[in-house]
Amino acid sequence: MSNKNSNKRLKELGKFIVKFISTYPVPIMFVVFLVFTIPASHFSVMYLVNELFTRVARNSFLVLSLLLPIMAGMGINFAMVIGAMAGQIALILITDWSVVGLSGFFLAILISIPLSVVLGYLCGYILNRAKGREMVTSMILGFFMNGFYQFIVLYVMGSVIPIKNKLLVLSRGYGIRNAVNLQGIRQCLDDFIPLTLFKTSTSPGIRIQVGTFILIAIFCLFIVWFKKTKLGQDMRAVGQDRNISESAGIASDRTRLLSIVLSTVLAGIGQIIFLQNVGTLSTYNSHDMTGQFAAASLLVGGATVSTANISNVFVGVILFHLMFIVSPMAGKNIIGNAMVGEYFRVFVSYGIIAIALVLYSWKRQKEKERLRQALREQQTSAK
Amino acid sequence: MKNKEQKILQDVNEEKCDVVITPKVSPIKRFIDAAGWPRIIIAIFLLVLFICAPFVKLSLSRSISDTLVRVGMNAIMVLALVPMVQSGCGLNFGLPLGFLAGILGALLSIEFKMTGLLGLFGAILMSLPFSLLFGYGYGLLLNRVKGDEMMIATYVGFSSVSLFCMLWLLLPFRSPVMVWGFAGKGLRTTISVDQFWQNTLSDILSFRIGSDFYFPTGMYIFFAIMCFFIWAFFHTKTGTAMTAVGSNPDFARASGVNVDASRTLSVVLSTVLGGIGIIIYQQSYGFIQIYNGPQYMGFPAVAAILLGGASVHKANIGNVIIGTFLFQGILTMAPSVINSALKTDMSEIFRIIISMGMILYALTRKTKVRS
Repeated sequence: MSNKNSNKRLKELGKFIVKFISTYPVPIMFVVFLVFTIPASHFSVMYLVNELFTRVARNSFLVLSLLLPIMAGMGINFAMVIGAMAGQIALILITDWSVVGLSGFFLAILISIPLSVVLGYLCGYILNRAKGREMVTSMILGFFMNGFYQFIVLYVMGSVIPIKNKLLVLSRGYGIRNAVNLQGIRQCLDDFIPLTLFKTSTSPGIRIQVGTFILIAIFCLFIVWFKKTKLGQDMRAVGQDRNISESAGIASDRTRLLSIVLSTVLAGIGQIIFLQNVGTLSTYNSHDMTGQFAAASLLVGGATVSTANISNVFVGVILFHLMFIVSPMAGKNIIGNAMVGEYFRVFVSYGIIAIALVLYSWKRQKEKERLRQALREQQTSAK
Repeated sequence: MKNKEQKILQDVNEEKCDVVITPKVSPIKRFIDAAGWPRIIIAIFLLVLFICAPFVKLSLSRSISDTLVRVGMNAIMVLALVPMVQSGCGLNFGLPLGFLAGILGALLSIEFKMTGLLGLFGAILMSLPFSLLFGYGYGLLLNRVKGDEMMIATYVGFSSVSLFCMLWLLLPFRSPVMVWGFAGKGLRTTISVDQFWQNTLSDILSFRIGSDFYFPTGMYIFFAIMCFFIWAFFHTKTGTAMTAVGSNPDFARASGVNVDASRTLSVVLSTVLGGIGIIIYQQSYGFIQIYNGPQYMGFPAVAAILLGGASVHKANIGNVIIGTFLFQGILTMAPSVINSALKTDMSEIFRIIISMGMILYALTRKTKVRS
């Protein structure tokens, strides 16, 4: 009797494991990978935890900004880099006006919001014209806007938009220098409430960016609340099925557009948080990989193109950035070349997106085939 | 079931009377509709640039020559997009995969110290096993993700480029021309083909008029041969089947075409052409760019074919030729004219905005009932 019972339990466990693996293939691959590379990097636990706190504080907000478009069924919004560009323009302006500290930080957010709203509106409008291929369009849109961003920063700033601070401007008289020092607002939010755990005379302890985490927590609460509002419900309905929700009286185009506008605004704020932690803005590269890394983090956390929640964000950011911290050293220790590790993390971030997209699309296609098969059987049996 | 049959019949009927022109429309409007606004605007702009060139002290014959050389360099890479568009796989943003195969072939030919035409065709031959293999795997992958090809293709391209970044550091190439001097291993970021096969193909039958005008005849002959192959291929039974798969997969399957095999073949063809294309590009440009070099090189090719009037569903050789000429013409002329007029270099920004703008236009164009 007991044997039978345990057999049954084993079977259930097996089923559960199979189901678990098939729902979370990407995170599992990642955890397996980390099990091998973390020891190979020879980093101390203290160092890893410290780095991890910094990176979670730095990146979570950016990743969170991807949630709303996924809810509205538009896939991953690679055009969030547009928001990041708006944030950077705001940062350049406040640096020029030398507004420092928290007031500078919030002023930057205030400036970035109208910019993001306008750009996000444009972006949403374009994506509504490309239904069914939003993701690829949003990515191209990001590249396209990068051209405009470079034009504005390299030619318009300093000539049309006055920039007084000589340190910001290229020696030819217009255009912004390659690197902008954000000394004025550097880590002002992180250190708003200073907190260091386990500090002893020998170790520097673990620094926790309380201010930033408070902002992130507020944002998480906002998302939880937002899901319950009318607009949030509409968004989910549109994400489920556009046609049905349209016939139920939801303006699907408007809802989609709003989700993109919100995502762009949040990405702008996210980039400002990111850069206040980093402390320097590299004018022409800071935003290059923002969209890719955010998307990869989210997918590593077990999200798919159609479903994502807050826990995916944090699991993803932790796993992805652990990989990010350890891979150069692991590469050096295993292969003897740190450059390999550098390239490896770029490869992983692209590869993870590719794998997640393929698995999702493959699953959907199989589902479709199964439905078709079922329909066919139904018809033959009816005859 | 009946519904579906009706729909297929309807589709077929519409295919037959593809272009319905009401007699009221004036010929100018008809021309604009057929060519599309962006193409007309860009063409006029290009014409203006050519007219402006002498006024900003640019030699016109040199400008035309530069444009022609660049058209020859890029044309085969653009041609590589045709098979996949025709088979319904969309725009091949995964073209860098083919480029990587081509780069491998080129590097091997340099490693074996092959020079002249032998080196060039050796590179092409040695790229084939790689491009066939990559293309086949890539094709099998794309068959499993029907409907999402473009997005996944982009990431296949990106991730394979970054995978090869690691391989360039680790592969056992030995030739001192290619390897970093101080470390003795790991490939340089750009490798000159100067001593091996630079311009060997371009210089066949090439001629000069005056001091400025140079015409790379050999490159154009090679391009013409490639175009002929593609043209001939699409007139064989397999090629026609491929077009059928692209325009209506259900209908094609009903008439006994193996849809998946046809699509895979188109992807292989596209990858092989991509490999050949990059080698031709390198022999004219003079350098092999590796590491992140090939990552964004697929986008200008896509933009060019779209500028030539192709859509996400339909492309032909005419689109390739017109598109490459317009796109490369703009890219050559606009920066140099602006440069001479305003004394700043805006070529990079110009390239990003035009190529990405063109792709955006194609992706957001409302497809009419059957375009």
